[in-house]
Amino acid sequence: MTSADTPLTLPAEWRDFLALTKPRVMTLVVFTGLCGMLAAPVSIDPVLGFTAILCIALGAGAAGALNQWYEADIDAVMKRTQGRPLPAGRMDRQAALHFGVGLAIFSVVLMGLAVNYAAAGILTISILFYVLVYTVWLKRRTPQNIRTGGGFGAFPPLIGWAAATGQVALLPLLLFATVFLWTPPHFWALALFIRMDYANAGVPMLPVVAGERVTRTQIGLYTIPMALAAVAPWPLGLTGPIYGVSATVLSAIFGVMALQVATRTTRDGDKMLPEKRLFKFSLAYLALIFAAVVADRWMV
Amino acid sequence: MTPNDETEIRRRQKSRSLVMALLLGAFVILMFAITISKIKAGMHP
Repeated sequence: MTSADTPLTLPAEWRDFLALTKPRVMTLVVFTGLCGMLAAPVSIDPVLGFTAILCIALGAGAAGALNQWYEADIDAVMKRTQGRPLPAGRMDRQAALHFGVGLAIFSVVLMGLAVNYAAAGILTISILFYVLVYTVWLKRRTPQNIRTGGGFGAFPPLIGWAAATGQVALLPLLLFATVFLWTPPHFWALALFIRMDYANAGVPMLPVVAGERVTRTQIGLYTIPMALAAVAPWPLGLTGPIYGVSATVLSAIFGVMALQVATRTTRDGDKMLPEKRLFKFSLAYLALIFAAVVADRWMV
Repeated sequence: MTPNDETEIRRRQKSRSLVMALLLGAFVILMFAITISKIKAGMHP
């Protein structure tokens, strides 16, 4: 019997429910959703804007909870995730399932009734995409997992834009594409330096099934369309030079770092510093790209 | 179940109830604010 199946007598603490929502992932989702909303050409009532961001956060939290409910067995064997409420035995699985489903329904209904049905529809698709397509279907079966899983993190700017305008346009679609194409190099850089964790958990991440060489090459290759998607709004006239110059410079730095990772080979006792640097910079890259799109909208 | 366990269960139930009360209170305030916003938007489309 694993710790995830251990019967509990104590009720879970409220902090464990909060941990189930993956608050750190939620922070990024809220940020990109807010930027998508602020980049829209029309302004939204502040209360409805707050409600839309709250719904995006709750939807992401629900998806995180359902992901942890389904993956309790994998989480129990990975160092990075062993301390989560389910594998650590602080919560029973049924409570996590009820919490996740309840939160998902609540977030979608509130978005639909308070904001608009377009945003609620995209929020529903994003939750179903993460839980059913990524977590249940692809993650354990194929190294394509992260390529499609990236879709989940890419939805918030679309939802934020739809909350403000009631529809979808080319700019948020390009932001969607940027996040979608950013996800594989970001997670593969991580997977390169925690490869054994994924191998022990039986998760078919690319470095585990295809080897390090292929992963490094793929990081390099994915960086090209990612940079093109990030820079494209400028030549297409969807943004001004503040965004255009920022996206170009940031993408060039990302490209240099990715090239460094793509062209090297791990040696004995390698500390994997270029991979760790790329992983850290990729987080800053995304945050700055979104900050730039908002700055461009409000400062020009 | 020991008396210590029972005390711990009560403590957890109490803190969960407190958080739930705060969330419900926040939800009521949010609903009120959304209603006012919708009414305003209706009056000044």
